[in-house]
Amino acid sequence: MPLSAWLLGDAALLVLGFLGVFLSRARAGSALVYSAAFVITALLCGVSVARLLTGGEAATITLPFGLPWLGAHFRIDTISTFFLAVVNFGAAAASFFAIGYGRHESEPGRVLPFFPVFLAAMNFVLVADDAFTFLLSWELMSLASWALVMAHSREPANARAGFVYILMASLGTFALLLAFGLLAGADGHYAFDVIRAHPPTPVLAGLILALALFGAGSKAGLAPLHVWLPLAHPAAPSHVSALMSGVMTKVAVYGFLRLVFDLNGPADWWWGIPVLTAGAGTAVLGVLFALLQNDFKRVLAYSTIENIGVIFVALGLALAFKTHNFGAAAALAMTAALFHVLNHAVFKNLLFFGAGAVLAATGERDLGKLGGLLKNMPATGLFVLVGCAAISALPPLNGFASEWLVFQAILLSPSLPSWALKLLIPAVGALLALAAALAGACFVRAFGIGFLGRPRSDAAKDAHEVDRFSLVAMGVLSVLCLLAGIFPGVIIDALSPIVRALVGVSMAPQAALGWFAIAPIAESRSSYDGLLVFLFIALSAMLAAFIIHRLASDAVRVAPAWDCGFPDADPNTQYSPESFAQPIRRVFSGFVFSTQESVDMPAPGDLRPARYELRVRDRAWDIVYKPVVGAVQKLADVLNRLQFLTIQQYLSLVFAALVVLLLALAIWT
Amino acid sequence: MLEQLSIQMVQMFLVLLAAPLLTGFIRKVKARLLRRRGPPLLQPYRDLIKLARKEVVVADSASWLFRAAPYLIFAATWVAAALVPTFGTGLMFSWSADLIAIIALLGSARFFLALAGMDVGTSFGGLGSSREMMFATLAEPALIMIVFSVALIAGTTQLSYIAAFVMYAAGLRVSLVLGLVGLVIVAITENARIPVDNPATHLELTMVHEAMVLEYSGRHLAMIELSSQLKLIVYVSLIACIFFPWGLAPVGAGLNAHVLGFAAYAGKLAAAGAMLALFETTVAKMRVFRVPDFIGVALMLGLLATLLRFMSESL
Repeated sequence: MPLSAWLLGDAALLVLGFLGVFLSRARAGSALVYSAAFVITALLCGVSVARLLTGGEAATITLPFGLPWLGAHFRIDTISTFFLAVVNFGAAAASFFAIGYGRHESEPGRVLPFFPVFLAAMNFVLVADDAFTFLLSWELMSLASWALVMAHSREPANARAGFVYILMASLGTFALLLAFGLLAGADGHYAFDVIRAHPPTPVLAGLILALALFGAGSKAGLAPLHVWLPLAHPAAPSHVSALMSGVMTKVAVYGFLRLVFDLNGPADWWWGIPVLTAGAGTAVLGVLFALLQNDFKRVLAYSTIENIGVIFVALGLALAFKTHNFGAAAALAMTAALFHVLNHAVFKNLLFFGAGAVLAATGERDLGKLGGLLKNMPATGLFVLVGCAAISALPPLNGFASEWLVFQAILLSPSLPSWALKLLIPAVGALLALAAALAGACFVRAFGIGFLGRPRSDAAKDAHEVDRFSLVAMGVLSVLCLLAGIFPGVIIDALSPIVRALVGVSMAPQAALGWFAIAPIAESRSSYDGLLVFLFIALSAMLAAFIIHRLASDAVRVAPAWDCGFPDADPNTQYSPESFAQPIRRVFSGFVFSTQESVDMPAPGDLRPARYELRVRDRAWDIVYKPVVGAVQKLADVLNRLQFLTIQQYLSLVFAALVVLLLALAIWT
Repeated sequence: MLEQLSIQMVQMFLVLLAAPLLTGFIRKVKARLLRRRGPPLLQPYRDLIKLARKEVVVADSASWLFRAAPYLIFAATWVAAALVPTFGTGLMFSWSADLIAIIALLGSARFFLALAGMDVGTSFGGLGSSREMMFATLAEPALIMIVFSVALIAGTTQLSYIAAFVMYAAGLRVSLVLGLVGLVIVAITENARIPVDNPATHLELTMVHEAMVLEYSGRHLAMIELSSQLKLIVYVSLIACIFFPWGLAPVGAGLNAHVLGFAAYAGKLAAAGAMLALFETTVAKMRVFRVPDFIGVALMLGLLATLLRFMSESL
């Protein structure tokens, strides 16, 4: 399939976005736009997967757009094909979900035009082959998603989320702009193949790594640049939140991979260190904050930050192994990273769809007002349960398989010669294990409070199952969670050409092992078989149930809850999201976040209610965001004066700028 | 092939049968230490059978998860127990899950137990689940770090290879000792033993594990009880297999070696049970918020053991 197929698909999405302006006024417009987006992205996903499996050659096209002497270069190779498959898969799932879910949209005119444009922009980033096209698509992706975040801008929190998002997104693009400027050098080689032929000097390459980590990392949600993410992702409509969390962060990972593994020349020995540190810190911070949120969608957004941390840990390991010529270990770490990219796209989309379904059924995102949904929404509940188990890395689901690979990669690291890495990697391993355990607690809390127990509000009590499109989208994703978990070897083998393109070697083929087992290095070293574990669990659970029902008793009596003899009819006596997190908050508070608890207890005889207030503050907010906002606002105040100049002053400014630029050019060359 | 399959089957049913006995033995020794006569050794079996025959009372606010969870918890724990070598390492399916996967299987069991605790919607259930997950967030990384240190020493995460390495090639190492202490702390925490939790208590404010299963009755309770007995035997077997593998029949050994392995395993269980009973009678239960410090020790020991291994091949 030639590259033009993908470009054609992207162009069709852009046209669809334009049509969305008019279709949003029609009654069936929303279903029409989402169906068309589904068909296009499903086709794109199909051709990407087919290309991945048949191993097509890299293809390039240059179109006469963009900078006049440069044109717009597009290229598709194995790396971009993989990400095209992931992005379009997530996009197709979200579009299908939205065929049903989009009906609940109160302002379709502010969503329908931007949704296909957002999808097209992400696709364009992945096929861009020069700095200009890349940055243009990247910025289009940011702006389209910003427009979607602002879809419900009348809610005051959303307007603020949009402001923070646009600010951080511009900052990130600015960093990428500088990175590409350094890569292009004085002569301005903006096409990627020319950049590849002229690798930067080691000092410049280090600087480019830092800028890539900042630019792509802020889009992906690396701490401490993550502050915008938990505000912006939940503010958008749920299917867009799923796309931003599950898919757009993967485009950011792609940007990092393209810059650091492909364009930036041979890696230095220390490159793994900042990536590992940022990744491990992000993983723990993200999940700790996820554990403290009451808003279901915000829990999911913070958990995205955690998973991005896991992916960057694996990427950091791959970098460290690659620079020290441990080919097999680098291949293992890179496989783990890509596998987790895929897994996270699947289960994060699933969970955001679940949050959307809950929102559609109850109008609530606050866990503290939900409860007991598993009874009214059995199918949604089951699918969300699968997603929660998968994201908590429980065997035999897919999250465990990729996390297991990361742990195996960590276990290969003592042979690294560098002492800094030797000391860092055990700590990274401990943080990763901590993040995995906290993720389990976080999703027990989210599912247990939201879907189990007794309803905490009338809305939750009267909830009803959502439409069939949404259910099918969630069902397919949860089946994929299971399939990817029990056949990890198939996926590892499918990833091998991409891993080879990124680190030079790939893992040994796993298909030879039989029973779909995986063994990263050798079977005597470590092996895991998701299929057998799944069969064992299923068989022994059924055997136990069968024997007990047959031989002992199968009588059931339904009665009020016992609760130690003192049942309380008020559902507010159940554990709330705050109280569930309280022990963990107490253990971890102090070094990562600051909490303020205040209890207002009225004196005896006073009839006003007692009040308990909890404030959790993310320290990154003060460290990163506030200085940036302060600087931007100060600058805006200063520049504001430029608005009120006379024509002579404007002309002299233009003249002065011209002289300065010419001088700079004269000195430079 | 047939021999490995039979070893695997024997192992599966051995742990299932031995688990209530170990619990009964610990109770008996504890009672004797307190100069009580104590229940008969076989009492746990009788309890399980009696519970299984009784009618189940399900709270009206419970969902299907409440009724499915006991079987899922049991299945995950049983699979984990079947894969930890007890008397011989020649298990047919030992390659299907390494040590990390076995720990994650126990994690799956805990995930569903905590959810089941929240399903009825009572304050005690939430209390138990919340505290259990708090302990788990520290115990699981501690366990993973101990696994790392052991895996780095032996160069593998497969339990049968670890056992063989420790038996023949490891010698006495600082990191192994640190790992052993850490694993014992984790085992005490995960099995809800004193000083972390009291398996015999029904005083509401002190319970963690019991609070989660408060609403269970009949056959469901039997499955939960059996799972927690299995979990205890998993941890004892794990400690025995990693740190005291002597007597384990190697792969392909004859019948004699396996009989010897059986005897050795019985001895190890008895020793572990007696020590646990002795330990439990000599310490008092901790406050809930002291427990993180207790597990934190295990986490630090695990991290230290791993770091030592990163520093030097021989420590």
